[in-house]
Amino acid sequence: MTANLTLAITAGILIACGVYLMLERSLTRILLGVIIASNGVNMLFLVASGRPGAPPLVGHDDPAATADPLPQAMVLTAIVITMGVTAFVLTMAYRSFQLNGHDEVADDVEDARIRQLAEADELSDSYEASDFSDSGENVVSE
Amino acid sequence: MIAAHAVVAAFTPLLTRFLGSRAFFVLALPPLAGAVFLISQSSLILSGGSWQEVYDWIPALGISITFNMGLIQWILGLIVTIIGFLILVYCRWYFADKMPNLSGAILLAFAGAMLGLVTADDLVVLFIFWELTTIFSYLLIGHDPTRRANRGAATTALVVTTSGGLMMLLGIIAVGNQSGTFSLAAITENPPTTFLAGFGALLMLIGALSKSALVPFHFWLPGAMAAPTPISAYLHAAAMVKAGIYLVAVLAPVFASVPYWRPAVLILGATTMVVGGWRALRQTDLKLLLAYGTVSQLGFITLLVGMGTKAGAMAGIGMMISHALFKSTLFMIVGIVDHSAGTRDLRQLTGVGYRAPWLAVIGGLSALSMAGIPPLIGFITKEAAFESIVYLITGEQHGVTPLAGMLLAVALVFGSAITVAYSLRWWWGAFANKDDAPVLRWNAPAWGMVAVPTLITVGSAVGGFLGGPLTDVIYPYAEMLTFGTRSSGFGLWHGFTAPLAMSAIAVIAGVLLFYFREPIARVQATFPAIRSAEDTFHRSMRGLDRLAVETTARTQRGSLPVYVGTILVTFVVLTMYAMLDIRFWPDVTWFDSPIQVAVGAVMATAALVAAKSRGRVRGVLLTSVTGYGLAVTFLTWGAPDLALTQILVESVTLVVFVLVIRKLPRYFTNRPLSSSRWWRVLVAIGVGASATLISLLAAGARIHEPISEAWYEAAYEFGAGLNIVNVALVDTRAWDTFGEISVLVIAATGVASLIFLQSRQGGVTRTDEALAARNQQRELDTSPAVWLRAGQTMSPLARSLMFEVVTRVLFWVLIIASLFLLLSGHNRPGGGFAGGLVAGMALMVRYLAAGRHELDEAAPFDAGRLLGSGLVISVTTAIAPVFFGGTIFQSYDYFLNIPGPDSVTLFGYTFPLFGELHLVTSTAFDIGVYLVVIGTILDFARSLGSGIDVQALEDNVPTPLNNSAKALPGGKRR
Repeated sequence: MTANLTLAITAGILIACGVYLMLERSLTRILLGVIIASNGVNMLFLVASGRPGAPPLVGHDDPAATADPLPQAMVLTAIVITMGVTAFVLTMAYRSFQLNGHDEVADDVEDARIRQLAEADELSDSYEASDFSDSGENVVSE
Repeated sequence: MIAAHAVVAAFTPLLTRFLGSRAFFVLALPPLAGAVFLISQSSLILSGGSWQEVYDWIPALGISITFNMGLIQWILGLIVTIIGFLILVYCRWYFADKMPNLSGAILLAFAGAMLGLVTADDLVVLFIFWELTTIFSYLLIGHDPTRRANRGAATTALVVTTSGGLMMLLGIIAVGNQSGTFSLAAITENPPTTFLAGFGALLMLIGALSKSALVPFHFWLPGAMAAPTPISAYLHAAAMVKAGIYLVAVLAPVFASVPYWRPAVLILGATTMVVGGWRALRQTDLKLLLAYGTVSQLGFITLLVGMGTKAGAMAGIGMMISHALFKSTLFMIVGIVDHSAGTRDLRQLTGVGYRAPWLAVIGGLSALSMAGIPPLIGFITKEAAFESIVYLITGEQHGVTPLAGMLLAVALVFGSAITVAYSLRWWWGAFANKDDAPVLRWNAPAWGMVAVPTLITVGSAVGGFLGGPLTDVIYPYAEMLTFGTRSSGFGLWHGFTAPLAMSAIAVIAGVLLFYFREPIARVQATFPAIRSAEDTFHRSMRGLDRLAVETTARTQRGSLPVYVGTILVTFVVLTMYAMLDIRFWPDVTWFDSPIQVAVGAVMATAALVAAKSRGRVRGVLLTSVTGYGLAVTFLTWGAPDLALTQILVESVTLVVFVLVIRKLPRYFTNRPLSSSRWWRVLVAIGVGASATLISLLAAGARIHEPISEAWYEAAYEFGAGLNIVNVALVDTRAWDTFGEISVLVIAATGVASLIFLQSRQGGVTRTDEALAARNQQRELDTSPAVWLRAGQTMSPLARSLMFEVVTRVLFWVLIIASLFLLLSGHNRPGGGFAGGLVAGMALMVRYLAAGRHELDEAAPFDAGRLLGSGLVISVTTAIAPVFFGGTIFQSYDYFLNIPGPDSVTLFGYTFPLFGELHLVTSTAFDIGVYLVVIGTILDFARSLGSGIDVQALEDNVPTPLNNSAKALPGGKRR
């Protein structure tokens, strides 16, 4: 099978641009990255499906000249899912803006705190010395 | 039988509600039934038979749920069930004021697990029961998680015993692997002799020692006294700690001669006996005193059982029985004293003997039994124990030199002397008068609470005279061992023998130790406190936590770009590495049609500029360009369905974007040129290049007949449709589509909840209500001349007459077009998705033209109804064929003939009119999809359009509106 170089390269560029945006911090930019990258991926499906052909309608053309319908069904699903994801992430960006005044994904506060603990050579909060005195002073029970 | 424990335990909360603490009577029934069953099997067991029950579990691994009860299992089972029954009865009074639901249930479940442990034949099943008892013990010790002592003790017990358990699991696997079976009976019958099997046996020994709290694992047991007293009495004296001894007892006949087994058991056992007793002498808490005493006794019993001689086995099993009798009694008496006096501190208890003489008598008897005073059961078993040691000294056994045997004897006699001393100390502490103690308040204990320990004490006392029968019972087990001289049996009088002398020395020394307790306590205080095992444990726990902190700090950077970047770099490295290996790359063509080049160039440029753009609107528009470009590419490929859906989705996405970013800042945050930028460019190029190469490879890999080749025929034959893609969606791969619409429902619900936060509140307000709410004198104009009714609610400045007119005309056209796409989709491009998107666009247009009230005019119901009914229709279509003898998602078709002219010809064109209609049931599934898609877009419009409108309105209002959905950080409402 021969592969379509134009589409493959275009898809590569789209995915590269999408990845560049995905590595950003602004949620809107990340989302744009995801959309551009999924457009690129959908294009990859075309390249991987072999060769173009007649629309996959029975009786429309010679079966041998018909395009492969399986990747098309997959891509159709992907397109619609992308729409749902887009709306959801966009709403998250809006909500983040509403609460914080910006839509940037900040570094996780908890992780930063653990890093501080590590630098100070300290124990985590959940650690609790489990020893009890031998004389039984701490061993209280009913 | 074991299942009955679990079932009753599960119903405990219910029982407690009706019965209060009397529920313990019900809880005591399963162990009682177990005991009755065991007793009924006595004639079988005592005649040397065994009882079996087998269920298959994991045949592939040769693991089956097998229960096999021989003599030793039967004895252990009796101890577990009878003591369990009595303690549950005792609990009824102990927990009279506050019934602990959970603890009661767990205690019973524990009894079941314990019974399973001692009767399981398969080592893997045994291990499962073993770990179950550990977990139940953890829960019971940590019964009050608010107290630090409980938490710490529970964690220590869990960590120590499960580490031992893990060792044991390794040992089980090694032994099972070497002998080819996991069955305990088969292994003991035909023991493996390889080195690995011996090593496995040692690992299992470690597990047993950790469970039975031998040095160096002893320190968890005193901490475990944080559990309520009856629970300590059962778990940490009579039952759970005996599990380790049971395992040693089962393995010793076969593995006692494995290298290192005997030295380990003898040294650790003797050390434990002395260390435990020594510490017990120091305790002022009666319960802790008993706990250290238990540690000491467990060391003694393990030593006897584990040394693998006939006399030792006989004495060990006897000691185990007598220990279960007197130790559970002593614990229960401590519970009574604690309950009645409110303290367990022996410095504060005074005159209890006068207040409760009966208690003092039974406590005294049990303590004497512990000390080994005739004629109690403790005496005869200790005599037998000394006898087995004497045989050891006389050198009848290779492996133990006479000197070692002598040392051992000294250690054990010393240990027994300490036992006598702390037994006296316990009785003195609990019942004697002390001059300097404060006056004690004493509440008389309930009769039932006293009755239970009394009953067991009778057993201790009578048992002393039953040495003969006891010998006969244990005799077959002792005979399983090949080593050593036969024990002369249990008995009160064997003549003037060495064991008798040892007993006498121990008693006299013990009394002296007790009498000179004050000088000895001073001496004890000068000894350095050796806590190496505990300290090692606590240090390693601390080290573990530090390690976790350091590891987390290094791996969890908490930065999204770093995480995503890590994933992507891994992707690039792995795929590139794999592709280095490819020798033959597929042929390539530059393009199939020149349009592709043009469109590709536009898309690539748009993507590149979008990646660089700082403005939000520009970025969004350029992203859309790539989407529309993709649609054109689909067309050149022969994918009209895709092109149609892509265009529609792109339009919906664009509208959604515009609705949201009208509220966001115009530009992205203007950050200083960050140093990571070139790094990100590099990653992006790497990923893009990998993707391109992968797609080329994938195209080249198409050397087989595609699976979809058969779809051409099948589409019409089974799916009754001409559009293969649509048939694939609603029939061939309907499950996928079902998952997809579920995702849509979730996304729509997620969007709505992020905007409305609490509920889809506000709901639908139509134009008349909106006007009425504004207190305006304006009347609603309902004449047909009004193009869009809700336009009246908008500011005249925001209205566009042109838009309203077009919308009025366009709306129904769009709706009809959507229905056409839906119904014809099975045979022509279209289908539920495309149709739903068009109908959703129609609703969007209504909103854009005349605001949120117009949207409510167009769809005066909640979007949730559309989503729900769509899902219901899809599911019904999927399931319905089952009721007609078909399979899920099977399609049927039906030809409906509508009478009338087939077509009309007007102006030279032929239009189809009536005639034959080809109905397919999968169209119903597509209708479900259609509804879900409309509902999704309606939800988007309601949330991102109307919802954001309302929130913007609230921002302009000086005082908060009622039910404002605008939340502030920290959960406060504005």
